[in-house]
Amino acid sequence: MLALIVLAPLAGAIFNGLFFATGLSAKLTGTGRHTSDRIVGTVACAAVLVSALLSTRLFLDLLSQNPAGSEPITTELFTWMLSGTLNVSFEFLFDSLSAVMALVVTWVGFLIHVYSIGYMHHDRCYARYFTYLNIFVFFMLVLVLGNNFPMMFIGWEGVGLASYLLIGFWYEDSFRVYAGRKAFVVNRIGDFGFILGIFLIFTVFGSLNYQDVFSQLGDPAFVSGLSQSLITAMALLLFVGAVGKSAQFPLHVWLPDAMAGPTAVSALIHAATMVTAGVYMLSRCSPLFDLSPVALNVVLIVATFTAFFAATIAITQNDIKKVLAYSTVSQLGYMLMAAGAGAYVFSIFHLVTHAFFKALLFLGAGSVIHAMAGEQDIRKMGGLRGMIPVTAITFLVATLAISGFPLLSGFFSKDEILASLYSGGHTFFWAAGLLTAVLTAFYMTRLYVLTFEGAARMDYRTKSRVHESPAVMTVPLVILAVLSVFGGLLGVPGFMGESVGFHYTDLIKKFLSSSVVVHYGAEHAYSHYFGHWTLVGFSVLAAFTGIAGGILLYYRRQREPALIPCQAADAVRRGSFNKWYVDEIYDAVFVSPFNYISELCSDFDLSFIDRSLDGLSDFVRNLSGRLSALQTGLLRYYVAAMVGGVVVIIVLIFIYGSMGS
Amino acid sequence: MSLDNNILSLLIFFPLLGAVVLAVLPYFEKVSDYQLKAVAFVITLVEFLISLPLFFRFNGSLSTMQFEEKIPWLTDLGVSYHLGVDGLSLLLVLLTTFLFPITVLCSWNAIRGGWRAFLCLTLFLESALIGTFAALDMILFFIFWEAVLIPMYFIIGIWGSARRIYAAIKFFIYTALGSGLMLVAIIYMYYAHIDQFGFASMNLFDLQKTSLAFDGILSPQGLVFLAFFLAFAIKVPMFPFHTWLPDAHVEAPTPGSVILAGVLLKMGTYAVIRFLIPFFPEAIEAYTGVLIALSIIGIIYGAMVAFMQTDLKKLVAYSSVSHMGLIMLGVFIFNLHGVQGGVYQMIGHGLSTGALFILVGMIYERRHTKMISEFGGLAKIMPIYALFFMIAMLSSIGLPLLNGFIGEFLILLGVFAESYLYAALGATGLVLGAVYMLWAYQRVMFGPVVKKINTGLKDLNPREIALMIPLAIMIFLMGIYPQPFLSKMEPTITRMVDEAQQEAFRADSTVPEIQKNRP
Repeated sequence: MLALIVLAPLAGAIFNGLFFATGLSAKLTGTGRHTSDRIVGTVACAAVLVSALLSTRLFLDLLSQNPAGSEPITTELFTWMLSGTLNVSFEFLFDSLSAVMALVVTWVGFLIHVYSIGYMHHDRCYARYFTYLNIFVFFMLVLVLGNNFPMMFIGWEGVGLASYLLIGFWYEDSFRVYAGRKAFVVNRIGDFGFILGIFLIFTVFGSLNYQDVFSQLGDPAFVSGLSQSLITAMALLLFVGAVGKSAQFPLHVWLPDAMAGPTAVSALIHAATMVTAGVYMLSRCSPLFDLSPVALNVVLIVATFTAFFAATIAITQNDIKKVLAYSTVSQLGYMLMAAGAGAYVFSIFHLVTHAFFKALLFLGAGSVIHAMAGEQDIRKMGGLRGMIPVTAITFLVATLAISGFPLLSGFFSKDEILASLYSGGHTFFWAAGLLTAVLTAFYMTRLYVLTFEGAARMDYRTKSRVHESPAVMTVPLVILAVLSVFGGLLGVPGFMGESVGFHYTDLIKKFLSSSVVVHYGAEHAYSHYFGHWTLVGFSVLAAFTGIAGGILLYYRRQREPALIPCQAADAVRRGSFNKWYVDEIYDAVFVSPFNYISELCSDFDLSFIDRSLDGLSDFVRNLSGRLSALQTGLLRYYVAAMVGGVVVIIVLIFIYGSMGS
Repeated sequence: MSLDNNILSLLIFFPLLGAVVLAVLPYFEKVSDYQLKAVAFVITLVEFLISLPLFFRFNGSLSTMQFEEKIPWLTDLGVSYHLGVDGLSLLLVLLTTFLFPITVLCSWNAIRGGWRAFLCLTLFLESALIGTFAALDMILFFIFWEAVLIPMYFIIGIWGSARRIYAAIKFFIYTALGSGLMLVAIIYMYYAHIDQFGFASMNLFDLQKTSLAFDGILSPQGLVFLAFFLAFAIKVPMFPFHTWLPDAHVEAPTPGSVILAGVLLKMGTYAVIRFLIPFFPEAIEAYTGVLIALSIIGIIYGAMVAFMQTDLKKLVAYSSVSHMGLIMLGVFIFNLHGVQGGVYQMIGHGLSTGALFILVGMIYERRHTKMISEFGGLAKIMPIYALFFMIAMLSSIGLPLLNGFIGEFLILLGVFAESYLYAALGATGLVLGAVYMLWAYQRVMFGPVVKKINTGLKDLNPREIALMIPLAIMIFLMGIYPQPFLSKMEPTITRMVDEAQQEAFRADSTVPEIQKNRP
């Protein structure tokens, strides 16, 4: 059953790809486009639904265990690579961590598949789209369900491929293709670190299977024999992979450009699932990371910087998807901050709630873009609330959730992260996280207000055609909105539950504790100044400050405020608007020199290596030319000469050989 | 006389016989070009079917030679007609028999005229290649090795494009220069063997036992090693002996390129594993650093030069330089994973690069140009073509679940065990490969259709699809389920690595251990 979860989307992809994307069915059976599109959509959705239902079934099995998740389900299909001591199998693992990931991937994936039926309705390459989407779900499930590092790597590279194909889905547009290629190459830089990390793990542990590796890590005698720098090296190499996939600074540059893909793809791949692979990886390897304080500090620093840095860019962007893209980068930083503080379970908790509200935001954005006939500039929107009410309300719910509005899902997960930062003694990072939370609430409010409130700023033609999306698109929005509201129930902190007599607290933490390292009590050992509720107070204050700021600045005026007190502030805003020129810097520091060196190599090859060896061969040719007049151009002389030479030599051997014996 | 005892001879002589039949057939009956092609195709296909039992009846638990045949030939000289395959050569023989029917199919429209000569030479080439991989006698090996040169030279020189003569002569002189040196070295070893053991033998296992004094590059072993190394390094080709390759590929007709990249280059890597490393333990030990450095330079340099190419075929040719560098890196590391990965990658590269050359040939036939700038937006006009190109490209850049990944993974894993630095440098090929391949793919396949002339291009016809499908299947099969292939080669390579380590252990007493780059 476990293997079926993975194979169902693959089967869907093969079926749709083989029969419909190639146009084979139209040729064979003469199916019309309308019918075949319906079959394609149904098959693709059904394939993911099968995975989702099976995942749920297995999840319930895990829950019924006592304690929940104590006996992971594994299955082995066949031996993949066997060479000497290397033994890698095609095997799957369903423990509490992969269960949570699989549920998010399949159910959110299913909703987005359904949404896509409406969103991609007009597209000529409907079948190709769903084929890619199913391929993506397949690889994502391999990533989260694989039971060894190479399996994770298969998924890792596979989702990268799916992402490349889907970003450049409309391949006639050169920019989209460029964005896809950029995503692939930047991810490969991360994968470079990841694969070296895999090699190091194999060298140290002699196995790549999770159980083998982590059980050895659980053995104090074994661990004490390992040098600290070796553990740190393993953790950091893996983290390089996570930096690439989860778009952390300095490899974040691909994600904003990845918005060139269809919006539903952005929701699934570039917000809810694929980009969280790095967070999954850190949680999966929590026994390893937990042994290296240095590595955790690096994670914390990179993640905090990314979270803050991306938020500063999001506040000035005018493209609705760009705002959401930088918001995603920032929120991924948030998740990794939790991991860096050793609170892996909360990184997964935030991953889950983020999947709900960020998928909702992107799908909402898709609905807006759909209504606006392709327009993505929020300066040309406004007043959409009355025209597309379902989209507006669900978008508002998601905005409040991500801002950390009390009792919505984002509130709980963010608060847990901030609390663990504070209680872990990372006061500076806690403060930075709080500041990021203010910015998050601010730019999300700005986005919502400029898009949906106030007067309509689009031209008359567009305005007259604005329409709410069909049910196939709005129903997923509503479902995700409900999840965004109530998702926080998965992780209500104990002290809050106690105060209102609510007993189902810390559900996700308890469940994940069977597979992820949890520091019990650590987050309750407040040796510092503030208590639980004070910290909550700070979080709430941050959310409200951001929201209030957004409303004050944008609700009335509906455009960028003109209050630029000094040149310095203006420079900062320009810097933010231009994404701090990171792309330009990379072009100057990496891309141009690479091109230049490649060109040098190419010239060197032609004018030096080839020339000098040509000289040598000219010499030989001239020599032989004089000897046997081969320059007549008659090719057979070459062969004759050579065969003759061989014969002469053999004869010589023969003579000498018989003389010798 | 059972088949098992003579299967290798059958594999060598059947295509040769076919070539003779094709050569004389027109004297008895009037045959059209189409019939000639069909006959040649059937011959190569039957040849492939004959080779299948070789694979399935090969005992994967043995490390020794199997299907051995030995007939005394020049007894006084110790030369014999001695054939056999082990886990190293088995897959190379099969790669050869697998690629030839595809090659004949892909030549369908790529060759203009002279069909009889072309097909005879192609069949002759197949015989020579199989002979090279199966020969266990140095003289026999040398004869086959040289025999490969002749048909290839004519295929480039006669059926190539504009600068074909230049390219053919360059190819010939480079490789003939190398093999001339090799012949001298073989003769030297032969006499050294007589001196040490008192009997004449060209058997490679006998020659392997010969020990030559080593004291720097000018000592007997140093010079003989150098001669062998040059012969093989030119063939592979390793940096800086690679410049004949792009020219040969650009000028060669499609089937020539497919065989050249698919099989011919592997003669070099095969010979390094079979001869160079077992024969000269001290020299290898002493120069490993240089050999590895050349391999790594090849990986990075080849990729960077490939990135700058404007001719699609040249780009694929330079990508071969990069890939062969990675294979050589694994081979020179000479541990189980490195060599096994190297051999796996030889097969993988043969399939993926063979496929890429065929695909380049297909648009060349349609447009008579290979310049990247002449294309753009082909994915829309030729979707099936774009799909196969994508599969071949992804295999070439080592995407997991395709064949390229297995080889790369094992090679780098093996290298990593010896040196973190070498592995890291070698792994840059992973990133660079994606850089130049995706860039090329984008310019050819994606974007708007700029050139009007391209709008009328026809997608692949059934023959073209039929010849791509086996390649695609093998690319997937070897990536998803590599075990049947890996397991057959493992005992042999384990034995070779063990022997080399023992040799190195002996050599250690005379040569100081080279510095390993472990931190």
